[in-house]
Amino acid sequence: MKIAVCAKQIPDPATPYELDPVTHWVVRPADQVLDDTDRYGIEIGLQLAEAEEGSTVTVFSMGPAGSMQGIRQALAMGADGAVLIEDEALRGADALTTARALAAAIGDGNYDIVIAGTESTDGYTGVVPQQLAELLGVPSLTFARKVERNGDVVRIERQTATGYDVVEGSPPLLLSVTSGVVEPRYPTFKGIMQAKSKPVETVTLADLGVVAHRQQEIERVEPVPAREAGEVFEDDGTGHEKIFALLTELKVV
Amino acid sequence: MAGLVFASGTAGPVPSAAAEALSKLRSLGESADVFYVGPAADEAFADLGAHGAGVIHHLDTDHGLPAAQAAAALADLVADGGYTIVLFGMGNLDRDVAGRLSARTGKPVLANAVDVAIDGGAVTMVNEILGGTRRVFTAVTAAAPAIVVARPKAFTAEPGDGGTPDVKSVAMPDVGHAGSLTVVEQHAEKSEGPDLAAADVVVSGGRGLGEASKFAMLDELAQLLGGAVGATRAVVDAGWVPYSYQVGQTGKTVKPDVYIACGVSGAMQHLVGMKDSATIVAINKDPEAPIFGVADLGIVGDVHKVVPALIDAIKGS
Repeated sequence: MKIAVCAKQIPDPATPYELDPVTHWVVRPADQVLDDTDRYGIEIGLQLAEAEEGSTVTVFSMGPAGSMQGIRQALAMGADGAVLIEDEALRGADALTTARALAAAIGDGNYDIVIAGTESTDGYTGVVPQQLAELLGVPSLTFARKVERNGDVVRIERQTATGYDVVEGSPPLLLSVTSGVVEPRYPTFKGIMQAKSKPVETVTLADLGVVAHRQQEIERVEPVPAREAGEVFEDDGTGHEKIFALLTELKVV
Repeated sequence: MAGLVFASGTAGPVPSAAAEALSKLRSLGESADVFYVGPAADEAFADLGAHGAGVIHHLDTDHGLPAAQAAAALADLVADGGYTIVLFGMGNLDRDVAGRLSARTGKPVLANAVDVAIDGGAVTMVNEILGGTRRVFTAVTAAAPAIVVARPKAFTAEPGDGGTPDVKSVAMPDVGHAGSLTVVEQHAEKSEGPDLAAADVVVSGGRGLGEASKFAMLDELAQLLGGAVGATRAVVDAGWVPYSYQVGQTGKTVKPDVYIACGVSGAMQHLVGMKDSATIVAINKDPEAPIFGVADLGIVGDVHKVVPALIDAIKGS
C-alpha cells in the first residue's frame, strides 16, 4: 500500500509569532518545525504501513524555500521519503493553492491513502484536506479520532459535536486525523541517523504546473482591545473565599 | 444581492450557526436563502424561515456524510454568481463541504470569520489571530460568491418577521467514488446538565488537574452553579473527557456569564474559545500562565485545594 502524509513546517509555536508590518503575513524563520498536529497523521500512516508488508509512507510538505528541520523530524519517525514543494511564490498564497500544489505532487491514483491533520497550528484554515480530496476525486474520511483497516475497508470514528460516527470507505481515499487519535512515536537515535540518507525530492510550483493564487487581500490589522487586567492573588488558603465572594456578587450563588 | 447559508441536520430546531448567519445577512440588508442537507425537517425549516430564509434549497438525504454530493449540488447552485456570499459554520460537515466547494469552484475559503461586511457586492471578512489579540480585515477579490466559514457566535441570532420559506428540492448528484462513504453507526455521548455552548456558567479543566478522575470535582462545582463542564484540547486529546467538552479554536466557543478555568494554562487555541466570557476566574499554580492575562480574578494556587474549598463554601452557604 502506498501512503502519502501531508505535513506542514511552521514557526515554533513556543515563540511568539510576529507579523510582517507591510504584508501582515506571519514572519517565517529559516528554521521551522514540524507542526505537532501532523505527528498524528505520520503515526497513523506508519501504523497502516506496518500492517501490510511492502507499504511505503511518503511525506508531502510545502512552503517557502529553506526549512528542512520539520521534514527531518518526519523522516526520523520512520517515513520512507519526502517531497518538498518549495517556492517563494507560496508566501502569502491561499489554502487552495496549497491544496492544488499538494494534489499535483501527490498525483491522481498514485497513493491508496492520503493522510492530513484537521488544521494547521499556525493558519487554522482547516479546509485543505477537503480541498485536496475534491481535487484528487476521492472520498474524505475526516475528523478521525480512531482509524482501522480491514482488507479493502478503512473504518474510522469520526468526531462529531455530540459524540462520534463510525464511517467506512475504500481506497483511494483521504483521511484527516485529530490530535489524540494515536500516541505519536518519538524518533529513535537510529531513526534520526537514517533520516539523513532518506530521499527528499524538491519541486517547484512550475514543476507541478500550479500557479500561486491569492484571491484575498489583507486590508488592515487592528489590535483587539485587551480585557481590563484583573486581580491576581497568591493563594494563602483564602483563594476560594475570593472566588466565592465574586460569585456571590455576580449572583451565581 | 443575496446570501446563501449552509445548514444541515437530522431533526429538531435549526442549527444555531445557520440562525446566526441568517440574522447577520438580514442586518446587512441582504436577502438570504438556505442550502439544507439532511432529511426533511419541518421544525427546522420553519425556524429558518423565521430567521429570514426566503428559499430553502433542500438536498433530501439520510446519508450521514454526503460532503462530496452536497459540494457538487452547491457548486451548481452558485455557478451563475447570483449569490454574493455562501456562509458556513464550523461544523464538521460545514468544513467538509466548504473545502470541496472551494476546490470545485476555484475560489478561496475565508475561515474563522468573526464578522463580515458586504458593500455593493464586495465582501470583507474579519478574523482574529494570535490568540484573539489582532483582528484582520480581508477583502475577497475572487468572483462571487465569497466562501466564508464563520466561528460560532460570531453573529447574534435574532428571529425576524420572516414568513414561510419556499422549499425547493435539489437533485442528488452522482459524484462517483468521491461520494462512496458509508456511515455505519452514530453515537451520542451523553452529558448531564446544560449545553456547554449555551451555559451561563462554565467550569473548565486543563492539564493542571493532573488526571482524568479530577474532573469529578469540576462536575460537582458545575452542578452546584447550574453550569456545564468544559475542557482544553490537551486533556481531550489525552482522552480524559470527550471532544464534546472541548473549548477553543477546534472546539466550542463559549461566552458564559462566568468562566472558571481550573488548571488551564491558557494556550492561544483555548483562549480563542472563551476570552469573550463576561467574567473569567482562573486557578493555576503557575503565576506566569497566560490564562491570568484574561482573568478578572486569578488565584495562583493548587486547584486540588482551592476547588474543594470553594465547593464546601458553596454548599455551606
